Amino acid sequence: MSEEYINEPMLEMFLFESTQLIEQLEQSILDSDKEKCYTKTAINEIFRIMHTIKGSSAMMMFSEISGLAHSIEDLFYYIREENPQNIDCSALSDLILEGIDFIKIELEKIKNKDSADGKATTLIGTIKEFLYGLQQANNYKNIDKTKQKVEESKKQYYISQDKVITTVYKNAFKATIYFEDGCEMENIRAYTIIHNLNDITKEIYHIPEDIIEDEESVDIIKRDGFIVYLKSDLSYEKMFEFFKQTIFLKELELTQLENEDEFKQFLSEEPSEIQKKDYQIPKEQGKIKTNVTQSISQQSIISVNVSKLDKLMDLVGEMVIAEAMVIQNPDLRGLELDNFQKAAVQLSKITSEIQDMVMSVRMVPLSATFHKMNRIVRDMCKKLGKEVELKIIGEETEVDKNIIEHISDPLMHLVRNAIDHGFESVKNRELKGKSKSGTLTLEAKNSGSDVLIIVKDDGKGLNKEQILKKARENDLLYKNAEDMSDREIYNLILLPGFSTKEKVSEFSGRGVGMDVVSKNIETIGGTLSIESALDKGTMITLKIPLTLAIIDGMNIKVGNSTYTIPTISIRESFRPKEKDIIIDPDNNEMIMVRGQCYPILRIHEIYKVDTKVTNFTEGIIIMVEQDDKLLCIFADELIGQQQVVVKALPEYIRNFKKIKGIAGCTLLGDGRISLILDIGGLIDKR
Amino acid sequence: MEEILSNEVDLEEDTQRGRFLTFSLERESYGIEIRYVTEIIGIQSITQVPELPDYVKGIINLRGKIIPVMDVRLRFKKEPRDYNDRTCIIVVDIKNISIGLIVDSVTEVITIPEEEIVDPPQINKGSQNRYINKIGKVGNDVKLLLDCEKLFTEDELEDLHDAL
Repeated sequence: MSEEYINEPMLEMFLFESTQLIEQLEQSILDSDKEKCYTKTAINEIFRIMHTIKGSSAMMMFSEISGLAHSIEDLFYYIREENPQNIDCSALSDLILEGIDFIKIELEKIKNKDSADGKATTLIGTIKEFLYGLQQANNYKNIDKTKQKVEESKKQYYISQDKVITTVYKNAFKATIYFEDGCEMENIRAYTIIHNLNDITKEIYHIPEDIIEDEESVDIIKRDGFIVYLKSDLSYEKMFEFFKQTIFLKELELTQLENEDEFKQFLSEEPSEIQKKDYQIPKEQGKIKTNVTQSISQQSIISVNVSKLDKLMDLVGEMVIAEAMVIQNPDLRGLELDNFQKAAVQLSKITSEIQDMVMSVRMVPLSATFHKMNRIVRDMCKKLGKEVELKIIGEETEVDKNIIEHISDPLMHLVRNAIDHGFESVKNRELKGKSKSGTLTLEAKNSGSDVLIIVKDDGKGLNKEQILKKARENDLLYKNAEDMSDREIYNLILLPGFSTKEKVSEFSGRGVGMDVVSKNIETIGGTLSIESALDKGTMITLKIPLTLAIIDGMNIKVGNSTYTIPTISIRESFRPKEKDIIIDPDNNEMIMVRGQCYPILRIHEIYKVDTKVTNFTEGIIIMVEQDDKLLCIFADELIGQQQVVVKALPEYIRNFKKIKGIAGCTLLGDGRISLILDIGGLIDKR
Repeated sequence: MEEILSNEVDLEEDTQRGRFLTFSLERESYGIEIRYVTEIIGIQSITQVPELPDYVKGIINLRGKIIPVMDVRLRFKKEPRDYNDRTCIIVVDIKNISIGLIVDSVTEVITIPEEEIVDPPQINKGSQNRYINKIGKVGNDVKLLLDCEKLFTEDELEDLHDAL
């Protein structure tokens, strides 16, 4: 089968769309599950999504996916139409989620260019059973009829010619469809049309008759076009609209037939064409990439290759430089150019807006990553018989795309760990006098030049004794247990090969959990810290640096160099008075501010920058704060505040050594480079 | 189709083979294999980065890309000299690392036939010819051909020696 979908763009489209739909679907199921009931809108949405997936996967010839989607669609069709009471919501959710998982796995396989070989037969069976059970429970009188209906609709891929026509349709049409040259798989495309037509009418005839099995059909369609006769209640315009949605459509002739007899004898003779309208679709328009089944929600998101965004950002940077070169051109000096100045201001405004926009494009809110955890929490609680409520705070915090990819797995690990090891069972919680259901909090916030992601549970907390015992058994103790601080003890669980859980469970406990998490976080330059209190809970904080993230920075000048301090760490800035300066016997300089004494750090001294400003009263003091530690930085002057993109220093320089106190660099508006100060590093440096 | 492509690659390599960009440093003339060279730019404002060896002057903004620049004079332990408008930065790309080399001036691109390239004389004392791979003869001139990769890779070793 895999050879047949050579058509890469279509496959990509299919994958992208299906993945999005699946995510949407998962969310709506989880929401419904939380509410413990499926609302009308939710049912409609699920039905719609399943219908779309069914259609597109059938077109792409992924029969297992489409089969599964079809059975779920049937189920929801029944729920929607019959509105049965007493549905077992959670069982239903389980079933659908299982289906979603199957489709997800298959999509992943397709993405990796493996053949989608999973079999959904059992799952489909279960879903059918569930539907049957539902019908039984609701005393559905015409069970046979439904079953027949199910059977019938199951067969709707094949067009039965001898179907007894019970409904009388108002209008009859003849449509001749020509596909674009070289679009390949004409028969499949024709089949898709028929497939979609099935939703409109049951009375369809087409030439060639046998599209899928007969190999010659492709040639016939290529040569003579694909001819469809159908009857429908829809108007001519509606039908035209319908056919126009066909992918790779080159030419369409749609004719309304008035003579019924002609229609019925179509096999023997050509129908007389009474009212003929010839619609020629221009070739340029031919590639109408509409969704096969009616596109439901307008896609408001597109996926773009990150390297393109990088390129775009560089170009915008260059544009800003070019702009500065034009506006501050030496040739213009001394000239009175009112109109030019006005235009220049306008240009600057637009370029800075473009810059802001491009910078923000790379940033992705954490919400999607956080909401993924909903599913994990739900599944695990169910399996382990615990009650945990997930609370999400600060999901709108934005992080660079690269970072999101790196923290999603560790986060999942942490959530699993928390539920598996952290929370007590409902009974134990009650014994301890805690609320029955535990609370797992996922929180994200900006802190200085970092993003903090906090996973907090109100479970049983870490047991120091047990950790020590375990560490002793596994020979992981590196110093005397008595000398270890709480933090050091907790950090033991981050060592490879440490797992306190006695038995290996499905979710965690193979002893690879926490060390993998901390490794992953370290690879992106982050840190992990653990706090815990017995019976109160555990809090794990991931501190992620914002390499490539955008920060608000204050630019300061020292000599000819420019440095940037993350605005968030700045407390205040002021010009010092001589009398506030204190120098201790070791020549450490300090300053008294409102009765408090703070150390002063001269940037020009530690970084050996030439500057004329060495007297405190001529420069400016910027008080910064990180992790509750305060420091006063002495610089020549403040330049101004600006949003900057943090770039890492070149690899060559990083290879020398880690420069303490420098987090990275950034480009200023005029193309110069500014070094970003790492406040934490500066404080340690002292 | 594939043949044409591979031919093209060959051709490209052929045109680059034996071609060197020559630049001067004090009185000597050096050559650098043209395939390493990305571009040549004039001297521009360099942002100092603290705590680096002398010869790494800092970083520059090359159209949005931040690359380090190295003063080749200092790298070869020669006397520093003020930059002027003859001073050039040769941007080279070695093992996917871009770096700018500050040189006194860039001369020309020349072709040195293989038979004119000889090994440097073996001098035991000093480490002056560590960066020199070969020596090319062009007419009466001698071009010292740089081993670009050594410019970077031996840093740590050298630092160690300095420390000792």
